[in-house]
Amino acid sequence: MKNKEPLILVVVVAFTLLTYWLVEPFAHSQMHKHVEGENFAYADLSPISKTGNAQNGKVLVTGAAGCTGCHSINKESMPAAMDAVTAAGSYGVNPPDLSNAGVVYDAKFLADLIKNPAHALKVEHKFDAAKGQMHPMVPFYGAGGDIDQEIADMVTYLQSIAVSKEELTPTMAYENACGRCHAVSYEKWTQIGTKPEFKFEKESLAFDIKVLEYQESLTKYMGKLPPDLSMYIRSRGEHFISTFVENPQNQLAGTAMPRVGVTADTAEKVIEYLADAGDTKRHERASVGKNVMIFAIIFAIFALLWKKQVWRELH
Amino acid sequence: MAHFTKATSVKDWLNQRLAVEKVEKVMASEYWIPKNINFLWAMGMVLAITFALLLVSGIFLLMYYQPDVKDAFYSVNYTIMRDVDFGWLWRHVHGVAASVVFLVIYIHMFTGIYYGSYKKGREMIWISGMLLFVTFSAEAFSGYMLPWGQMSYWAGMVITNIFSLGGLHMDGLVEWIRGDYVPAQAFLTRFFMLHVLLLPLAIMGLIGLHFAALRIPHVNNQDGEEIDFHAESKKYLAGDKAGSKVMRFANDFMSKDMMVVGIYLIFFFYLVFFQYGFALDPVNFDPADGLKTPAHIYPEWYFLWSYEILRPFSVNIGLIAFGFAQVIFMLLPWLDLSPNAVPASRRGAFNIWFWILLVDMIVLTAMGKLPPEGIFSTIGLVAALLFIILWVALPFITKNEKKA
Amino acid sequence: MHNSSRRGFMGKAFGAVAGVGAVGSLVAMKKTWDPLPSVKAAGFTTLDMTIYPEGELITEKWRGKPIFVLKKTPEMVASQTESQKARDVVVGDSHFMLAIGLCTHLGCIPGYNAAEKSFLCACHGGQFNWAGEVTKVPPPRAFDIPPFKIEGTKIVLGEVGPEYKAMKDSGITL
Repeated sequence: MKNKEPLILVVVVAFTLLTYWLVEPFAHSQMHKHVEGENFAYADLSPISKTGNAQNGKVLVTGAAGCTGCHSINKESMPAAMDAVTAAGSYGVNPPDLSNAGVVYDAKFLADLIKNPAHALKVEHKFDAAKGQMHPMVPFYGAGGDIDQEIADMVTYLQSIAVSKEELTPTMAYENACGRCHAVSYEKWTQIGTKPEFKFEKESLAFDIKVLEYQESLTKYMGKLPPDLSMYIRSRGEHFISTFVENPQNQLAGTAMPRVGVTADTAEKVIEYLADAGDTKRHERASVGKNVMIFAIIFAIFALLWKKQVWRELH
Repeated sequence: MAHFTKATSVKDWLNQRLAVEKVEKVMASEYWIPKNINFLWAMGMVLAITFALLLVSGIFLLMYYQPDVKDAFYSVNYTIMRDVDFGWLWRHVHGVAASVVFLVIYIHMFTGIYYGSYKKGREMIWISGMLLFVTFSAEAFSGYMLPWGQMSYWAGMVITNIFSLGGLHMDGLVEWIRGDYVPAQAFLTRFFMLHVLLLPLAIMGLIGLHFAALRIPHVNNQDGEEIDFHAESKKYLAGDKAGSKVMRFANDFMSKDMMVVGIYLIFFFYLVFFQYGFALDPVNFDPADGLKTPAHIYPEWYFLWSYEILRPFSVNIGLIAFGFAQVIFMLLPWLDLSPNAVPASRRGAFNIWFWILLVDMIVLTAMGKLPPEGIFSTIGLVAALLFIILWVALPFITKNEKKA
Repeated sequence: MHNSSRRGFMGKAFGAVAGVGAVGSLVAMKKTWDPLPSVKAAGFTTLDMTIYPEGELITEKWRGKPIFVLKKTPEMVASQTESQKARDVVVGDSHFMLAIGLCTHLGCIPGYNAAEKSFLCACHGGQFNWAGEVTKVPPPRAFDIPPFKIEGTKIVLGEVGPEYKAMKDSGITL
């Protein structure tokens, strides 16, 4: 009698795969719009045409441009004017420390940000100068010389003090680019820094209250409290996070989240940080998975050989 | 009192007290299986193995899981996934097995329908099997609540609302089931109890019944052949193993069962480690929020076909259609009026009925997940109507079937 | 014969007594599943109706459910049909759409589109207008109105006032 098993197997596998394709890849392609990554090229921003001078940049950043009035540069021993909670009370969010801004953010983006923050951040729908809605970061109107040269100088200065790309860790990238709005409770990260181990409950509660005060200002500024990102690597996935960071408006038109302007390298590091938080055991999973697969194949081979032996007598 | 003699061996000692030899004969070596069956007959063993995987992984998850609305999400996603050594493995095995078990159940079910294995004294096998399907569905649903993510919460909300029974407005019943106005602590703890105690007990009892129901009528075969098990087993025991039409369950058929299990496990572990997204929905990695509905709410894939039968109609008709879909499979042995217990391929119109039903259920499954808009909504409505028509037509199709 | 039928009767009688016990324990089991008194007691929420801006949807919370509050603009009030007017909750001279913010189909929260002043439920595609009426099925009826009682410029949710009772009696809400 003809062996029908191969045909049956083909039918079962074909219907299974068809169902899988319909409910997974196809259904999801219909539910979520696909946004293609642009490799963090920021094509809408014009490149810096002038060659910057770090020395002049330092003078501007610490002087005429007034950056250090709000931003700290800890590396150059320039502390912040106020602590994070007070700063958030005044600006809505704590302005970032500029020590590594030159490596975390894209140069074109920094240049545009200095000149026109709401434009670079893509939050002009929220901050329309014509309607008197001013972005808390004051645009740089020039210090009397060629404004493009001055901006190029400032960017060059920021790049000159920053650590190298290789030295930038995932944690540094996340804390600088995302961490002032988004907590990651699984890594004990709050918007005002990593929560330390306290010996006394009173100190721990005092820290929590500071976080709550900061979050209150942030909520008022953003419209709602930006979410905790602990599990975002599993709930949103790498592709969504990457394209969202690149340009939030592409994924969610009208969102209050600004374009952050990170480089492709920084974005990769941010994703690595989130993967460490929400998919901590992924490397173990891959290596254990490989071994289990090898075992399963050996198991199947032995089962097959046993069956052949037992059935030899049956035919 | 029975007469006991001094035992000559451990086996003899046990034999006097538990009749282990007799049990072994009844359950394995003289449990006769027809030879003309294919790998689809191994799905029972595949299911048993998958259930064992669920049980073992569940036991380890239970040791760290916290059934508390404040801690549940954290205990799953932080404690089990990050802290507990190999906790992630148990969760992935449990989640993937819970999804794959339904794939195998559906294959098992459609095998039964195709070969007519619910007829001629096999009705109890079919009914106990369908009861297992229902309890497995309840088990899957209650387990889906436990991580207390967005999909847990909103699936819990939507499914328990079905019990308001549309136009009857039984809101009191819904609140009674939840123990609150909305899914909250009481809801989570009672579904936890159902998931880890009551339903597993029911499932294990039903598995026993399902196996027992199989013992007297024997399993069916792929040719619809009437086998004289008594005569054929005598032939086998007399030494004509090759000439007999039957074989022992163990080791003869079990060796084939294990071969199929071996191949299945390759597929299963591939899903566990490398392709788990379909079973562990990304949306459920967002913590439950009663004031924010996710953009798309859909059940797990194995509930989609019945969910889609609920969806395209107005609320009361939808509920009636949904109720119809839940019980109709149970009645199959009485809706199929033909006495032929042979493969569908030899049953004319029934064969066409079978393949249309299968394709229709796949279409319903797909439409149940897609957003209910435009063309998808129309296809869904047509497929839901077709499902109902198919079942209503079944007695008429089979009544005048020729003797095969 | 006589003996065995007597035995049969006593067996049935014993069965009946055992049945009464089983049913009695079912009552206890049913009650154990009921919502706790603390859950029921937490069911009252007071809203200050003077704080709501016109034409903007605000979501409050009552018994764990979202409550939609929309203070209607004068244009909305002027354009209302009779059936829409009947759904109005009037506090002082302000008209409100007050409703449980759950789709009457299967209880998802419909999203509010401020530009079109309408609600869309993502679960099964139901739609409602700004007065809370259904504009696209499957939802079987307009948004439910929570039990309320007007006390000056405040509203207590969970208590039944005369205005609510009238709405319930006339079948405007369930």
